[in-house]
Amino acid sequence: MDLAKSTPPKPSPRSARPAPKSAMSYLRKHMREYGILFALIVIMVFFQVTTDGILLKPVNLTNLILQNSYIVIMAVGMLLVIVSGNIDLSVGSVLGFIGALAAVMIVNWHVPYVLAGIICLAMGAVIGMAQGFWVAFYKIPSFIVTLAGMLVFKGLTLWLLEGQSVGPFPENFQLIASGFVPDIFGVERFNMVSLMVGVVVAGGILYLATRSRMEQVRAGLVEEPFPFFVGKYGLITIALVYMSYLMATFRGLPNVFIVMALLIAIYSFVANRTTVGRRIYAIGGNAKAAKLSGIPSEKLIFLTFANMGMLAALAGLVFAARLNTATPKAGVSFELDVIAAVFIGGASMSGGVGTIVGAVVGAFIMGVMNNGMSILGIGIDWQQVIKGLVLLAAVVFDVYNKKKG
Amino acid sequence: MDTILEMRGITKEFPGVKALDNVNVSVRRGEIRALVGENGAGKSTLMKVLSGVYPAGTYDGEILYEGQPMAFRGIADSEELGIIIIHQELALVPELSIAENIFLGNEIAHRGIIDWPETKRRTVALLEKVGLDEHPETKVDDLGLGKQQLVEIAKALSKDVRLLILDEPTSSLNERDSDALLDLLIDLRDREGLSAIMISHKLNEVSKVADSLTVLRDGMTVTSRDMSDSSYGEAEIIRDMVGRSMSDRYPARTPKIGETVMEVRNWMVHHPTHTGRLVVDNVNFHLRRGEVLGIAGLMGAGRTELAMSLFGQEYGRAITGEVRINGAHADLTTIPKAIKAGLAYVTEDRKSYGLVLDETIRRNIPLANLEAVAKRGVVDDRREASVADEYRRRINIKCASIEQETVNLSGGNQQKVVLSKWLFADPEILILDEPTRGIDVGAKFEIYTIIAELAAMGKSIIVISSEMPELLGITDRLYVMNEGRFVGELPTPEATQEKIMAMIVNSGE
Repeated sequence: MDLAKSTPPKPSPRSARPAPKSAMSYLRKHMREYGILFALIVIMVFFQVTTDGILLKPVNLTNLILQNSYIVIMAVGMLLVIVSGNIDLSVGSVLGFIGALAAVMIVNWHVPYVLAGIICLAMGAVIGMAQGFWVAFYKIPSFIVTLAGMLVFKGLTLWLLEGQSVGPFPENFQLIASGFVPDIFGVERFNMVSLMVGVVVAGGILYLATRSRMEQVRAGLVEEPFPFFVGKYGLITIALVYMSYLMATFRGLPNVFIVMALLIAIYSFVANRTTVGRRIYAIGGNAKAAKLSGIPSEKLIFLTFANMGMLAALAGLVFAARLNTATPKAGVSFELDVIAAVFIGGASMSGGVGTIVGAVVGAFIMGVMNNGMSILGIGIDWQQVIKGLVLLAAVVFDVYNKKKG
Repeated sequence: MDTILEMRGITKEFPGVKALDNVNVSVRRGEIRALVGENGAGKSTLMKVLSGVYPAGTYDGEILYEGQPMAFRGIADSEELGIIIIHQELALVPELSIAENIFLGNEIAHRGIIDWPETKRRTVALLEKVGLDEHPETKVDDLGLGKQQLVEIAKALSKDVRLLILDEPTSSLNERDSDALLDLLIDLRDREGLSAIMISHKLNEVSKVADSLTVLRDGMTVTSRDMSDSSYGEAEIIRDMVGRSMSDRYPARTPKIGETVMEVRNWMVHHPTHTGRLVVDNVNFHLRRGEVLGIAGLMGAGRTELAMSLFGQEYGRAITGEVRINGAHADLTTIPKAIKAGLAYVTEDRKSYGLVLDETIRRNIPLANLEAVAKRGVVDDRREASVADEYRRRINIKCASIEQETVNLSGGNQQKVVLSKWLFADPEILILDEPTRGIDVGAKFEIYTIIAELAAMGKSIIVISSEMPELLGITDRLYVMNEGRFVGELPTPEATQEKIMAMIVNSGE
């Protein structure tokens, strides 16, 4: 113990650390991260078998992504809200409201769709700020503020649409949700660009993962056993390339897929690597300690809500474009799917715990189950029951694991 | 007199700490046994073992109650047999009435429907027994702490208590309430034959009520005596509690004190909800470079409130007064501003206010100065890790690795993580609020050493502590605080516990 010296007396920090732990103990500690990925694989295999291979048919895979895109987009924002220790119940209504706003602007008022899109995103951010304001600065529980928001925007949607459906949208606007990456190579019945995008994305992920692992090795901080590293990223690479190959044989990668991939990448980076992300986790983990550490909690919570509003708006545009119409029923109970996805993905109700990738995987677990059960002809009644039980099981598993760990 | 309770060879370990090591305690029927020892000696842990808070199987050793071996799985098991524990922090529901609190979880009911007349009748009888003249329907929130303590005892009596355990029952009471409580205990023992264990470190109280005494130190039984043993007086008890002379418990240091760094003038702080109530009343003090300044006082004197009102006005309303740092007016109105002005506040409650428990050591340490390990808002993992590792070595945080979650560290090591966090923010002035509460003796010495080294580096340190020996051992100068006011100032070499107590007691006049 010598505080006066700024240079450490012992130059070998690595010798002070214990040898890397066994694979088993590592697995036990990171059960929830691997568990969720494993669950997705098991569910996919299960439905692939029971639907006689329909699940992974290119046309169905494409559908699966389109159907879940708006849930995934919102789950990314919701993860940050939930990690900060709050919740946003209004996202479904905001999605509906923004879709309606877009329809009224574009169809009724003939506003150019790009301008309308920008206004909608800005409107979403403003809605998020309006709710975040009360949560962050007046300490009104987010459950209540956003419950109010849910009612308000559901009502405003009805008012804006005057109870009617408004559509259709111009073709270019529809492309947000129903377009595919263009094929510039002209290979017969095969979208070469899609496959290349898939390969590039997979390569990028591999590159980043390898680089950060090498950094960890240099800093002597490696925790993940090497076989796990290889297995995990091998699986991700194969899945991405195979999926883009499959979809290339149909119409190619949907535009929405690119949007989702970008969002996941950006928000993972923000959550893991930036000071803003770190501080959001700290606020959720222990709000008082974070505040006493000089972290501007109010501003950051305000920001997570503004961001959530903007992403709900984006999801609203995607959803409206996909249906090619804005209806007063759009977005009803979507917030529940989004929140369920985040919790299935391992986030904690009390905040401070959860990952973007986990939330996305959670969204796809829900999505694959919806899709698979529909193909199997299971009625909407039992679908709800099964989804509810899966949510409960996922969270029970988390809590059980935490107690044991 | 036969033996009602015997605990034999109790050993209890936590990750990194052996809290109890082969402890033996017995209680005879109808006696009050005092359990004394320093903070962290293991008294509360022992009582948690006895009451089943730590269930059978999580500790080693044997509990014999009424001659039978016991294996409690939880508090309900021990309560059923009449072992009732009253914790230091009272377990009353402030919004409920006295009667509701007394019979909470133990309601007088027929098929789930509460019999209110009977509840009230019995409450009145119990209140009479404990000498509390209050209506059964009075809200507990409206009672003072002394009366709340009596409600706790009434609650214990309602459960047919056979062995009452009191964990520092007078720690938050004033002298009159304390006396009343102790008289009540004696009365219950003599009239009702109550057996009790009283944890305390106030030796005058022990002499007053206890029939026998057990001293714990560092988790071990040092001695068990009858109070009638005249060769064993207060000096001997203190010797056994402390176990070593004062000089070994604190690192030696030669203070190098420079110019005045911080000056606080006419500082007034009001209670955040009770408007008009002054919590800090016209406090003036100064702090010099390289100085370790102590603030002594009893619990509730307003010391933490003073510290938190200075640190970004985190506590209080209608704060007035001036703070000058290095001669210039300092703006401390928000926490980021206070940190920027060179202040750090290490909280008394590290679990609730100091650490993000689910996160690793690595992620906790840079939290108050995240920019320093980040570039343009992006955290550099390697820098962060090397910073955390440097502090791990420099102040000797005992852990498997910096990737360990802080929730799994012992109290002393958690405190070192909190200290590291603030050292990394590089403050000029550190306010340490009860820096050694609840940590073991070895770790205390290390914390004292860190404080001494920080002072030697020219940092200025304010230590708030309820342990007077600690203040006398590590500070250069002392202020005494009572009921929101500074009631005395002493150079530490001239101070004694008696002088400080006298200042507190006389300040009311």
